Amino acid sequence: MTMPLTPTPSRVAGMTGRAALIAAIIVVAAAALPLALSNYQVGLATEVLIFGILAMSIDILAGFAGRTSLGHGAIFGVSTYVVVYATTHGGLPPAVAFAAGVLAATVVAAIFGLLAVRTSGVYFLLLTLALGMIVWGICLRWTQVTGGENGMRGDVRPAVLLTNSAFYWAVLASAAVVAFAMWRFVRSPFGLTLRGIRDSESRMRSLGYNVPLHLFIGFTVSGFFAGVAGALYAMFNNFVSPSTVALAQSVEGVLMMIAGGVGTLFGAFVGAAAIIALENVVSAYTERWQMVLGITFILIMIFAPEGIVGKLRATLTRKVR
Amino acid sequence: MIALPDGEPVSTSLDNAPLGIVFVPEPILTLTDAVVAFDALRAVDGVSLSVPRGQRRAIIGPNGAGKTTLFNAIAGMVPPTSGRIMFDGHDITKLPPHRRAQLGISRTFQITNLFPTLSVQDNMILALRGLSPRKFSLFGRPDRDSVEAPRIAAALGAARIAERADVTVKELSYGEQRQLEIALSLVTTPTMLLLDEPAAGLSPSERSMVAEIIRSLDRDITVVLIEHDMDLALGLVDFVTCMFEGRILVEEAPEGIRRNKKVQEVYLGKPRHA
Ligand SMILES: Nc1ncnc2c1ncn2[C@@H]1O[C@H](COP(=O)(O)OP(=O)(O)OP(=O)(O)O)[C@@H](O)[C@H]1O
Ligand SMILES: [Mg+2]
Repeated sequence: MTMPLTPTPSRVAGMTGRAALIAAIIVVAAAALPLALSNYQVGLATEVLIFGILAMSIDILAGFAGRTSLGHGAIFGVSTYVVVYATTHGGLPPAVAFAAGVLAATVVAAIFGLLAVRTSGVYFLLLTLALGMIVWGICLRWTQVTGGENGMRGDVRPAVLLTNSAFYWAVLASAAVVAFAMWRFVRSPFGLTLRGIRDSESRMRSLGYNVPLHLFIGFTVSGFFAGVAGALYAMFNNFVSPSTVALAQSVEGVLMMIAGGVGTLFGAFVGAAAIIALENVVSAYTERWQMVLGITFILIMIFAPEGIVGKLRATLTRKVR
Repeated sequence: MIALPDGEPVSTSLDNAPLGIVFVPEPILTLTDAVVAFDALRAVDGVSLSVPRGQRRAIIGPNGAGKTTLFNAIAGMVPPTSGRIMFDGHDITKLPPHRRAQLGISRTFQITNLFPTLSVQDNMILALRGLSPRKFSLFGRPDRDSVEAPRIAAALGAARIAERADVTVKELSYGEQRQLEIALSLVTTPTMLLLDEPAAGLSPSERSMVAEIIRSLDRDITVVLIEHDMDLALGLVDFVTCMFEGRILVEEAPEGIRRNKKVQEVYLGKPRHA
């Protein structure tokens, strides 16, 4: 056979030995963080992990299927709403509420997906934005259920996870599992079809792929992961209000994904860390966080459009060559 | 195949032929009065055409004759405005392209249409899995399995680019990209292969390689080849359809087509390469 055979190094759960080792080191280092950080900073680190999951779920579509969603904040927030509602008004145990939240987010994502998958480019952006606005409008107006503008408060977090460190470790464990699942997802045979759609829809169709169906599945899976982030956020915050499902939430998720690097997947956590750190530094000096965020975004687009991780990766490979 | 004086091919039905004397293979593709209109422009303007199973057919004609649009109607990218298309016993007139692919229609594109950021290998994997349920494996292993690997190797070998399997497509030369165009359409062993100017833009030596690739295709595959260079097309096919302004001008065996007055007229009014 003339085909060059790609050597298959020994693998752990589909990762090369080296990648598995690096992943393990990062998780262990992250697990040690609470020993070095203040209680407040542990809270920030938890937030980074939660929003990293959200940004990563956006990257599944943006980086791999070439579809940037401005509706993922709403999908995330639906999960948060359902978890808070189910524990406070429904009296459900946290684990069941968590599952209900993720399920609700997945259903909302499936509906978004049905409507959006036949579009691409700026139409996809605008359609997902509009769908997100509808969810926001419902959360704002359906006062009896959502608490309207005041939102809802509730003790969502299970008792064993009450301390900041304990909750951080639980979120870290979830983030590790979820990030691994998303990594497997984009590398799977199905994930390859999303990259094919990003590169050429017409070729995919002529090869026998039902392109809208693949995008629908991709959108729904991505929404499931955004829902996991939203449910964790409910337990983190013990509070939900329309700002959780607002456009700003979607935009922030997209900016974190871009700051980390579109298509880098794990860059989402770096982007989330960068933006949350910046937000904390900036808000000590000014109220105009949104403006600073906008300027930061412009600077990233000019100087590092490939994102932080993308830039690092490019620099490293250049050195190696 | 017998041609009547006006160039219409003989009906392939056996009803009016004494049984056992003439055997004409049943057509795999039949277009009946197919029209594709873009607003006022009828790019395909009432084409009726029938291709017997296993035949190699060329579609020639000057620029803008409607050849690519005809392919798009057959493959489903641009469904016909009116008319009917039958393929292998199915009415495919209204089917979306992916359903036609599943019935065994495969095509290449006149303007190279690959997955530029993926490796040659991944391009081939996508081409092969278009017809297999494995494309829906959400968390499965990405690598090609023991059934896929030899099929991909065979198609890359047939298209003469086996040694480029690990290269990213956008780094291939233009000629190699045209070879990959063919390899992608071959790997599923289609029933019918539609080749839209596979040699467009290639050097003479590359063109003869493409001709060689087409010549060595499995004889069971029905091949329809668009090509306006008669030198290339006529050596490869059993029968020729010449289109002009959306209509079929002439259908004839390759030996006669060069001397056909109508064909000479549309090709700049003089015999080419006389
Ligand atoms: N999507 C479209 N919208 C509008 N007009 C189109 C479209 N596609 C093709 N046409 C027009 O239809 C006519 C036939 O085009 P087509 O591409 O089928 O010709 P062709 O025979 O393949 O020509 P060539 O040899 O140059 O490839 C042309 O006049 C072209 O401009
Ligand atoms: Mg053409």
